[in-house]
Amino acid sequence: MKFDTPATTNPIDQLKVVGHPIDRIDGRYKVTGTAPYAYERHDAVGNPAYGFVIGAAIAKGRIASMDLAAAKAAPGVLAVITAENAGQLAKGDMNTVKLLAGPDIDHYHQAVALVVAETFEQARDGAEKVRIDYVRGQGRFDLAAARDGAGMAGSGYWGPPATSVGDFAGAFAAAPVQLDATYTTPDQGHAMMEPHASTAAWDGDKLTLWTSNQMIAWGVGDVAKTLGVAAENVRLISPFVGGGFGGKLFVRADAILAALGARAAKRPVKVALTRPLMFNNTTHRPATIQRIRIGASRDGKITAIGHESWSGDQPDGQPETTVGQTRLIYAGANRMTAMRLATLHLPEGNAMRAPGEAPGMMALEIAMDEMAEKLGLDPIAFRDLNDTQVDPESPDRPFSQRQLVECFRLGAARFGWDKRSPRPGAARDGRWLVGLGVAAAFRNNLVMASGARVRLDRRGLVTVETDMTDIGTGSYTIIAQTAAEMMGLPIDKVVVRLGDSAFPVSAGSGGQWGGNSSTAGVYAACVRLRDTVVERLRLNAAEVTFADGQVRSGDRTVPLAEAAADGDLVAEDKIEYGDLAKRYQQSTFGAHFVEVGVDAATAEIRVRRMLAVCAAGRILNPKSARSQVIGAMTMGVGAALMEELVVDKRRGFFVNHDLAGYEVPVHADIPHQEVAFLDEADPMSSPMKAKGVGELGLCGVGAAVANAIYNATGVRVRDYPVTLDKLLPLMS
Amino acid sequence: MRPFTYERAWTPAAAAVAAAGTPGAKFIAGGTNLLDLMKLQIETPLHLIDINGLALDKIEPTPEGGLQVGALVRNTDLAADARVRRDYPLLSRALLAGASGQLRNRATTAGNLLQRTRCPYFYDTNMPCNKRNPGSGCAALEGFSRPLAVIGGSGACIATNPSDMAVAMRALDAVVTTVGPAGESRTIAMADFHRLPGDTPHLESVLAPGELITGVTLPKPAGGTQIYHKVRDRASYAFALISVAAIVHKDGTGRVALGGVAPKPWRVEAAEADMPRGAKAVTSQLLAGAAPTSDNAFKLLLVERTLGAAMTEARG
Repeated sequence: MKFDTPATTNPIDQLKVVGHPIDRIDGRYKVTGTAPYAYERHDAVGNPAYGFVIGAAIAKGRIASMDLAAAKAAPGVLAVITAENAGQLAKGDMNTVKLLAGPDIDHYHQAVALVVAETFEQARDGAEKVRIDYVRGQGRFDLAAARDGAGMAGSGYWGPPATSVGDFAGAFAAAPVQLDATYTTPDQGHAMMEPHASTAAWDGDKLTLWTSNQMIAWGVGDVAKTLGVAAENVRLISPFVGGGFGGKLFVRADAILAALGARAAKRPVKVALTRPLMFNNTTHRPATIQRIRIGASRDGKITAIGHESWSGDQPDGQPETTVGQTRLIYAGANRMTAMRLATLHLPEGNAMRAPGEAPGMMALEIAMDEMAEKLGLDPIAFRDLNDTQVDPESPDRPFSQRQLVECFRLGAARFGWDKRSPRPGAARDGRWLVGLGVAAAFRNNLVMASGARVRLDRRGLVTVETDMTDIGTGSYTIIAQTAAEMMGLPIDKVVVRLGDSAFPVSAGSGGQWGGNSSTAGVYAACVRLRDTVVERLRLNAAEVTFADGQVRSGDRTVPLAEAAADGDLVAEDKIEYGDLAKRYQQSTFGAHFVEVGVDAATAEIRVRRMLAVCAAGRILNPKSARSQVIGAMTMGVGAALMEELVVDKRRGFFVNHDLAGYEVPVHADIPHQEVAFLDEADPMSSPMKAKGVGELGLCGVGAAVANAIYNATGVRVRDYPVTLDKLLPLMS
Repeated sequence: MRPFTYERAWTPAAAAVAAAGTPGAKFIAGGTNLLDLMKLQIETPLHLIDINGLALDKIEPTPEGGLQVGALVRNTDLAADARVRRDYPLLSRALLAGASGQLRNRATTAGNLLQRTRCPYFYDTNMPCNKRNPGSGCAALEGFSRPLAVIGGSGACIATNPSDMAVAMRALDAVVTTVGPAGESRTIAMADFHRLPGDTPHLESVLAPGELITGVTLPKPAGGTQIYHKVRDRASYAFALISVAAIVHKDGTGRVALGGVAPKPWRVEAAEADMPRGAKAVTSQLLAGAAPTSDNAFKLLLVERTLGAAMTEARG
């Protein structure tokens, strides 16, 4: 099904099942421990051997020699895989550097060997017996030091690296009120609960990988390419993923090494990355330096807005695309953006939840707060004044929908924004200085082609199969709701099977595109199944309705199951998108409100309450959508207050590579959270009229926290995370 | 993890004899720190002596009016003991500021005293670390040192002791009791129990080979208002940036011990004479001679502010 004209009325609009806060249909499997995760596929694989990954001990250089003899002789060891004995391996399209290094080392903890043994403990002990001598090379690890030498980034899914409209320099210089400030965000880790894990089994030349991966079809492609086998001989199975946040968009060392280990050991092998390896072996969100300049008239109209960004990555890597939202979110006739990319030899950077906008909004929305203060305007009023309903770089492109102002309005009323003192340090509650902060939320809505197969059987059950993944987001449930709505069934008559490359290729889970795109694919398949049912039952297609497990046409009412009386009916289709996303700018919007307390003596920072108001198209399931947003708000608190992969600039690695050192919020950090959704349906996005929401909830949170800290203390911190040591000397 | 042998001991003396007589032996009680370190190949004992069967899990009054806390009393039980909560609230609060409920259920009094540093370089066996691998150097000195010591460290090591419990015990003038392989028992004041690193950061306590902690004696209650303020980046389940254990009497006198600033719980009795003069005066003596890095110099001001807040709070 080609989606190239705005959606009109369709069966989803009935909202009998879609749009309801239905419990996760997979919830009971998770809470009873029966949801099968990649490392525990005892049901599918008997007698697996265990692989233990060895990460490089240096950041840059090469392996001079490896002595495997002691490891091979260790009890239980079955095989030791290295680049030298693994055979020809290619680099996956989605990987920046090789997943099995040797002799050259690209970054710290890049995999250099896998030890396979009868037990996990034997594999780990064997790994300790591998002796590796390295020759250290010179690497670059310091973004600030590399900044001046950084060249313009290339073009990519983010568009061109630089944009320019009007005369930014002239307008900024002439602006009576100016802000020119530089902000930094640190490297961040996904730190998901489930590690990267895979179980591999070969049957002749056919490989099956039970793995934890967000994008099944990408994974098949890169496993096949890396190993040099035909894609049709690779099967990926990933029905449950214990968190990904972008860290599992790509095939990583666990999958490739499990496959190589299984081939060498001639039996199934399973491999999980250890927690330390997850931080330095896999991808991370790169650190950024962001310079923002805003010029405005005295009455608060932006006349010039510029956003430049520096980030680093391995050679042939990509930038952290922090300037994307600045191209779109506020009006202003004179504009510029630019992204520069330095070569660093830290582990490869890549997507982490809301890549680009998450760190970009952390900077831009402090800048907006600072500018509002310079103008003597309330920060919400300043944003209202500079709202735009069209793409400000291409004014002939309207937003498909944009209710940013409405989000602020509802949020201000609910949160009690009128009680905020514009004067910092004015509110106190015992030992706590209390502050309120606000920030816009903005994340683009991306759409991806997505396919599904639906099957009606004689019991009246509809089974949906698609390689879509559920990374904790609720995909199972919204897909079931979609099929139930389309086929006129209660949700318990729908079975959903996900995450298997034997199923039609879906959008996968990433970039907050999965919910809308994958359900639109199920919609397309269900339209086809409805046609098949009508045809089979010889009904008049023009006036048919599917409801209550029955199909009605005129005065005929037939149980849906009857259509499959002579055998299952199967339909398959995919949603494909035309140019609506080019003609209309599709984005999601929101407003974050935060109240913090800062200890007047120690500068300890504690968030006290939070509210997010989101405008993100039709909300397919308010319960799972709320879960996504409160999870994102929590992640935003982490980014604001504690998350930082600390770079050892001499040795070239992330030092705090475990969950004791890389702190994320715990329950005690997260107080009352509230989420509100505006009632929207966006006909430009898909037949579902939905958009992404899971990443929107993160964008802007960090700045709202930082702005609240400023309101509490009068100290403006522009370098994340905002930790107490940055406040303490400036608080009397 | 290296392969190891294992035995259970049934009397403290037998445990000490076994430990002294077996090369590479270590005691194991709760295992909340040791097992993690063994999995990471940081601790590589050849033999484990499980002391969980020893009858050292009681909290009993002493003739002097204090409490004798058995080595195996779990952190949860010690924090929840009614006598501890009434007479040594500092200790109860310090315990509850540490780790998580699950860890406190398992961790023991003696094990807590012997837990190793959380310096990230100690935890990464690819990095030089004089504590883990004597003579290999210290990666932290010119590396990431924000969480590390500002005082008491050396050119060989600036790791901190991570315990909260030990900081309270230091302020309370607790005494560690031990038994040695010859059956001899001795007492060690908390002040003397932990060593400073000097040139031998791998030696962290004054325990002799085979010497087993049998308990901790708390002297009679110190009274006063007792405050344990642990400052960290998140609200729970994190090691201290700094912590302040303060006992403040109505007349303004009192005691102070610090966590998170030194390789051992940090207390300078002479500084306490200045308590009536306020936090700044106390801190300047308490941290006299501090040698912070640029990463952790903030700890000096943080100690002063936190101590000041504690003294204000105590005055009520």
